[in-house]
Amino acid sequence: MTDKKLYSLTAVFDKPDDIINAAEKVSDSGYTKYDINTPYPVHGLDGAMKLPPSKLGYSALVLGLSGTFAAVLMIYFMSVYDYPIVIGGKPFFALPAFVPIMFEITVLAASIGTVLTMLFFFFKFPNNSHPLLETDYMKLVSVDKYGVSIQADDPKFNEDEISKLYNDLGASKILPVYWDLEEVLYEHKIVEPKFLGMLALTAIIVSGTVYFSLNKLMFMEPFSWMMEQEKLSPQQKSEFFSDGYSMRPPVEGAIARGDLPYQFADKPEMAAKILSNPLVSSEENLLLGKTKYNIYCSPCHGYFGEGDSRLRGQFPNPPSLHSQKLRDWTDGRIYHVIEVGQNVMPAYNTQMTNNEKWATILYIRALQRSLNAKESDL
Amino acid sequence: MSNENSTLYSKKNLPGNFAKIGQMLLAVGLILVVLAYFVDHTRSAFNNLILLMFLTSIGVGSLFLVAMEYLGGAVWSTPFRRITEFFAAVILVIPLAAIPIYFNLHDLFHWTHAEAVAEDKILAGKSSYLNETFFIIRIVFFIAVWFLFYFLIIKNSKKQDSSGDPKLTTRNIKLSAVFIPIFGLTITFASIDWVMSLEPHWFSTIFGVYFFSGTILAALAFTTFIVVYMNEKGLLIKGIKKDHYYSLGAYLFAFINFWAYIAFSQYMLIWYANLPEETFWFLQRWEGGWMYISIALIIIHFVVPYFGLLSQPSKMNPKRLMFMSIWILFAHIIDLYWLIMPTYSKDSVPLGWIELAFPILAIGAVITVFSIKAKKENHVPIGDPKLKRGLDFRL
Ligand code: HEC
Repeated sequence: MTDKKLYSLTAVFDKPDDIINAAEKVSDSGYTKYDINTPYPVHGLDGAMKLPPSKLGYSALVLGLSGTFAAVLMIYFMSVYDYPIVIGGKPFFALPAFVPIMFEITVLAASIGTVLTMLFFFFKFPNNSHPLLETDYMKLVSVDKYGVSIQADDPKFNEDEISKLYNDLGASKILPVYWDLEEVLYEHKIVEPKFLGMLALTAIIVSGTVYFSLNKLMFMEPFSWMMEQEKLSPQQKSEFFSDGYSMRPPVEGAIARGDLPYQFADKPEMAAKILSNPLVSSEENLLLGKTKYNIYCSPCHGYFGEGDSRLRGQFPNPPSLHSQKLRDWTDGRIYHVIEVGQNVMPAYNTQMTNNEKWATILYIRALQRSLNAKESDL
Repeated sequence: MSNENSTLYSKKNLPGNFAKIGQMLLAVGLILVVLAYFVDHTRSAFNNLILLMFLTSIGVGSLFLVAMEYLGGAVWSTPFRRITEFFAAVILVIPLAAIPIYFNLHDLFHWTHAEAVAEDKILAGKSSYLNETFFIIRIVFFIAVWFLFYFLIIKNSKKQDSSGDPKLTTRNIKLSAVFIPIFGLTITFASIDWVMSLEPHWFSTIFGVYFFSGTILAALAFTTFIVVYMNEKGLLIKGIKKDHYYSLGAYLFAFINFWAYIAFSQYMLIWYANLPEETFWFLQRWEGGWMYISIALIIIHFVVPYFGLLSQPSKMNPKRLMFMSIWILFAHIIDLYWLIMPTYSKDSVPLGWIELAFPILAIGAVITVFSIKAKKENHVPIGDPKLKRGLDFRL
């Protein structure tokens, strides 16, 4: 026992009020190197020990702000510089969309960074031992007692005086704590084969488990039911056909029902002459035409075909649909414009069915008549 | 009066000019408001709405804070719970501010015009909720419920001063548990009725929460200001210290962040979806000069108080706390202004003496209610079994 060096003299108290009182007295007596250990955070201890506010907050602030900054850089690099994609018509640098990410990364950086700061700067990692660990004192104060420990390297340290102080304060037990020589002599190195080995092993086990559970375990079916079948899935290679495609194109010349291909792609005059509107201008057809016109055409041509677009100059304004030229055009000629577009106006052949196109033309005719009525309309 | 705490406490009156300032503001405010109604009727009605919402914030928000203390079993706020209770008495003057609204419904709310509703499909669809009869019924109901819980909770708290009966605390905990969900619903629907329906085509499902966050912040700011002010002058009770200040500061700080979080959530979802039926509300607040108010709101309601209360020492500094409380009240008025006034004037920011008159009346009314209450009653719940622990509270 004599070869052991004293680390500190500790005392154990039974009640939280006692420990606050003890902390006050110990700090008032001028001791500087002491610590309090309690099983849970006791309110008011900081004040009693006269601890200055922790500096950890500053590291949290700096780390948090660098997180914000890093997040902005990261998103900027990804969405503006490296892989710009228009999403929902927003600009590439769409700040509101970035804010949640900036916020999350700020919190993440601040919290992880603060824990690491604490580990490395306050706990002096890789040091992982403390003379108080695994002592009877620590066992008591981890359960239901409150302890104070004054270190032997305190300039005012004097065993008898401290014992007296402890007794005056009503300590239930006074325990000396000694350095563990093995620990004192042990030199901590950051590159320690044992430690690194453990680290590597942990990494392998953790990543292996994650890989296995996410990539294998999740896809093991207890029963396959009818999932495995003798058929080709989409995109699978066919052994049967010489070109290897499992999805076959329709036989040449085949036409889908109700989908006559447009034959006058570059012959507007022919379209004008040959095509005629199969629909009659019934209320039903006109209503259909109105709906489709308002959806597909009105953004550029305006609700009444006057060329007053709602696109605020982001697209060239089209000419009026009430011109003499248009009124003289046959339905087939207008159909041609819808089918293949005209100069900057895009084609609407895929968006609308043939019926809808013809109904739209009926509606355009109605619009035209509203401004230039024929005598027979009166 | 056998209670052990009562020996510690002797009531000290507020300085005389405190009540006087309140009465003066009230009188000046009243005169200006009456004048304003003669000068510009519609504009005054809109400002009256700001007044109404402000009083609701303070009154109902304070009652919520009291209920939170009971329900959460908090002890730190017990020594000055009575202050918050005094502010809850502002509930009693809400009807006075609501009555002018009733006579100006047509100036304020587009949906009250039957012709407009008839030719507007959307309004017609909403008319089973947005119609005058149901509106009045709802408002009367909200105010009645607030009155009811105000009287129930405050009565028990007051009775405890003399009896010290811990059963009263239990009873109030139960009442609070009932009140809090009811508060959540009434404040949501009140904000929908009074503010959101100004633009009857617009909707935002988070609107109630948005208003709630500002409400609590404003109520808390009044309590914080008065508690720090009175305690620094030694008018409360011995034992309220930095630890209490810090908690008040942290409470404020939390709600500053909560407000920003909700305000941003509301904005971001609408910005992202970019649906014309929702975005126009924000566009209104970005055009015709409103842009400056919108930007100012972010700075005044979030940035300044955020940094003002960020550090630990600033939450314990009485001067800083008092300044920030006043600042936050100002921010809440700006917030209400930003919510309500763009409907009145889309092309310009109306700022004149009328906009000053109503806040003056509001502040005057709150201070007057407070000083009347403070004169009659104990400033500290001396019979509360939690008081001792609350005074011993440490961080
Ligand atoms: C993206 C905007 C846009 C949309 C949507 C659009 N158009 Fe056009 N349209 C134009 C423009 C621009 C022109 C003029 C093109 C040119 O320079 O010849 C035009 C021209 C026309 C013309 C010929 C007018 C003329 O005087 O030469 C017709 C007919 C027409 N559009 C019909 C339609 C119909 C029917 C629809 C709905 C299916 C439609 N457009 C949808 C932009 C649009």
